[in-house]
Amino acid sequence: MPQERPPAGKPAKDPRPPLKLWIGPVAIAWLLPGAGHFYLKRWNRGALLLLSVAGMFVFGLLMRGRMFEPESGDLFTMLLTYGGFIGNIASGALYFLTTWLGYSQPDLAGAVPDYGAKFLVCAGLLNILAIIDAYEIAVGRKS
Amino acid sequence: MYWNLTHFQASFVFALFTSIVFAVVSKNTDRDRLFYGLYVFGCFLAATFGLGWLMYLGHG
Repeated sequence: MPQERPPAGKPAKDPRPPLKLWIGPVAIAWLLPGAGHFYLKRWNRGALLLLSVAGMFVFGLLMRGRMFEPESGDLFTMLLTYGGFIGNIASGALYFLTTWLGYSQPDLAGAVPDYGAKFLVCAGLLNILAIIDAYEIAVGRKS
Repeated sequence: MYWNLTHFQASFVFALFTSIVFAVVSKNTDRDRLFYGLYVFGCFLAATFGLGWLMYLGHG
């Protein structure tokens, strides 16, 4: 059977890279920010990512930001709490270690704890960018 | 221990860490990363000052 060709002018779609090529770096990058880059021997970039993500997370803790927990209710509450929770767990071991050690903050009034909660979520979101970068390096799309 | 940062300090720290990550993941050479990181950091600070003035003037 002849292979289907892409239409003229459009580049052929990249085949999906094999799982074993990227699953290790991606899992490690999630568990410890920057570790995916360390695993791929990108030491300087890994160190900068670790410094930035861990720094953001520690600032969030020191500002007494709260961790999000999934809550049901109206749509806005669900979006807010599930989104925040995903952002929190994207920090990997930082999140698990912190909750395991008993960190628990109520939703305090004031700008600083509110900033802190956003810092904790943003640390996870920055780590997602680092995970994607580790993936692209692992599959050879980036040096 | 509790760090009671001002709005500006918190924005500064946020801009610093975020611009480092953006620079590391977006560009391919160290030189490009440095300049892009400085550019993004400058944009964050400009937005902070711009919005600060906008709120100050809009508040009356």
